[in-house]
Amino acid sequence: MNTACHQWRKFKDVSMQALTCACALLVVVPLALVFYHVLKSGIGALNWAFFTRLPKPVGEPGGGMANAIVGTFELLGLAALLGVPVGVCGGIFLSEYGHTRLNWWMRFAADVLNGVPSIIWGMVVCALVVVPMKGFSAWAGGIVLGFIMIPLVMRTTEEALRLVPQGYREAALALGIPLWRAILGIVARTALKGVVTGILLALARVAGETAPLLFTAFGNLYWNHHLSEPIAALPLQIFTYAISPYEDWHRQAWAGALVLLLMVAIINITVRVLTRERLAKLR
Amino acid sequence: MQHFVTELDALKEKLLRMASYAESAVRGAVQALVTRDHELALRVRSEDGAIDQFEIEVDELAINLLAKAPFATDLRLITVAMKISQNLERVGDEATQIAKRARDLSQEPPLKLVVEIPEMANLALEMLKAALDTFVNHDPAAARALIPQDKQVDAMNKEIHRQLATQMVQSPDTIGRCLNLMVVAKSLERIADHAKNVAEEVVYFCEARDIRHPGNVNVEPGQ
Amino acid sequence: MHHNLDKANPILPAWPLPRRAPGAQAAIAAAPAAAALAVRDLSVSFGANLALKQVSLDIPARAVTAIIGPNGCGKSTFLRALNRMHDLVPSARVEGQVRLFGSDIYGPGIQPVVIRRRVGMVFQKANPFPTMSVADNVTVGLRLNGVRDRAVLAERLHESLAMAILWDEVKDRLDAPAISLSGGQQQRLCIARALAVQPEVLLMDEPASTLDPLATARIEDLILELKESLTLVIVTHNMQQAARVSDYTAFFYMGQLVEYGATVKIFTNPAKQQTEDYVTGRFG
Repeated sequence: MNTACHQWRKFKDVSMQALTCACALLVVVPLALVFYHVLKSGIGALNWAFFTRLPKPVGEPGGGMANAIVGTFELLGLAALLGVPVGVCGGIFLSEYGHTRLNWWMRFAADVLNGVPSIIWGMVVCALVVVPMKGFSAWAGGIVLGFIMIPLVMRTTEEALRLVPQGYREAALALGIPLWRAILGIVARTALKGVVTGILLALARVAGETAPLLFTAFGNLYWNHHLSEPIAALPLQIFTYAISPYEDWHRQAWAGALVLLLMVAIINITVRVLTRERLAKLR
Repeated sequence: MQHFVTELDALKEKLLRMASYAESAVRGAVQALVTRDHELALRVRSEDGAIDQFEIEVDELAINLLAKAPFATDLRLITVAMKISQNLERVGDEATQIAKRARDLSQEPPLKLVVEIPEMANLALEMLKAALDTFVNHDPAAARALIPQDKQVDAMNKEIHRQLATQMVQSPDTIGRCLNLMVVAKSLERIADHAKNVAEEVVYFCEARDIRHPGNVNVEPGQ
Repeated sequence: MHHNLDKANPILPAWPLPRRAPGAQAAIAAAPAAAALAVRDLSVSFGANLALKQVSLDIPARAVTAIIGPNGCGKSTFLRALNRMHDLVPSARVEGQVRLFGSDIYGPGIQPVVIRRRVGMVFQKANPFPTMSVADNVTVGLRLNGVRDRAVLAERLHESLAMAILWDEVKDRLDAPAISLSGGQQQRLCIARALAVQPEVLLMDEPASTLDPLATARIEDLILELKESLTLVIVTHNMQQAARVSDYTAFFYMGQLVEYGATVKIFTNPAKQQTEDYVTGRFG
């Protein structure tokens, strides 16, 4: 009787292992599919021209997405200008100053805002910025991406600061260092890698936002010379090319998708490298 | 903590057993002297080794306890136990000395002289017993009351020496026996001193007050 | 060379304090020296929980005072009240007076930051700042208080590390990360960091409890050195340590001061039965 029982248990153990392994693989499959498909379809159209040339009118071969790539970087830069200071300061406030009801409301608001569909952000900024400016602009694009970044960065900054052990705060204050100096010079410095990680992840997230840019940056087939003019961005360009009937543009859209995917992948890998170093240092 | 308390109790127990051996040694030696009992004198001599062994064992137990870094009453108890065991060992030695003299005296004709050696011996014995009782009963007041009696014993010792000296001058053939008796008196005086020391240690243990050598209060150490 | 960190505040005395004359040791047992910290009716509560009840005692200058007692008796609460660390806890309420060389640290208009420069603190777990080197850790208290003069920083670095008996061990690796030092070295580094701002009083909350015996012995030697120029208050649950390093001992129980006196007396002949029971290990 014991052997039968034992056999049954072994069978259950092995089948559970197999099941969980299969589920894990199932998670990886869509990711692998995405990478494979994008790579296969896009690699063909990736050439030097793609990175350096402006889009050509329909029918003409060649052309690239140089302005969209640069535009994405410009928009990310503007978004960071707005999102990083506000988000980081907000996170510092939430973590270090006071534990009142206000903090609870701020966190709640941030969590809700994180869930707001990005197209709504686009519509709001359109009404707030595009209408008064009487036109689409890089400013509007940067502002909407910045707004999306703020609650993200605020929460990740707060979490990173929370991870700093209370002992460091006490030691800093026991030295007679004023509170704000202790926070900036010691607590934030200790949590720096975590804060930077949060910022990079937020940037990776907004790099791929398409819907809000539809009403704000709008897209541009030429170089953007002034921030109050419309500006091209990779997701926008991919969208425009993908819904067009032209084969050449379809291939370029795949190439654009590949570049975007690589950007996001590189940011995530950087984050991994940074955090591993931090973990190794703290032993 | 329980182990430590058990070990402290073992120390006290051993010390009290040593005390009873020392007491009975003195009692036996004095008895041998007064009744001129040669056998008893030899028995007392042979038991000195046991008292010496006790001193070694008490000290060993005490050191082991000190290594556990005790404080306050425990610390005082252990250091006082070491001192008392040293005093009791000397008491044992003095008892042996008396026994030796008793053995010698029992082999010679008795001396026709009335000296107060039995009275002195009783007083010394009572002091010793009383001192040990104050340790058992943790009674510093009784210990303090004991201390002046040492002077009485000292006076008796002086008187006996004077009488014996006179006797030796008058009858030179009694010199040997008189000298033996002088040694006995001296030993009894020392036993009383040791009893006084034990009483002083008991006061220190109970009250943490050091009442030894009260005459030296104005002298700086090292001068 | 004295760098006055707070020129506006007139109550800072000059530093370094001159060493006590040799031979003054005998005077300690006779009568306490001038009080560095005079505590009167100090009560600390956290919400509804009264952690310290009406504690009054004088902490003598240039001596080591040990605070002993079982867990939860209020020793750390008492220590932290001496440099206003309870200000960081929203639910804490402190009543009573703590006079640092005559002036009440809880008085109106007194800034906690100034007090904490005069009364330093070392914690149970060594906590050198992990992103900084050894040298940066020691000078951080000065740099974040606005001291920029590199000569002053270098001098103070050397002085503090020498006082913490750490200079010889780290002089060749001042730029190494502070967390690369051993546990005992890290704790001495934290002591050097606290000494760099030149406090008059140093509070230590169980400074050696996480260290091995050799490192503990080094910290105790350091404490005995430091008392020549500073006032030290040490919380410890190790009574043998209190007996070894302190001149005065205070026994706390359930938030109250039970007995306070010369260490020798507390450990050989305490006045209160409760103290006797505690030091002989009969309870607690």
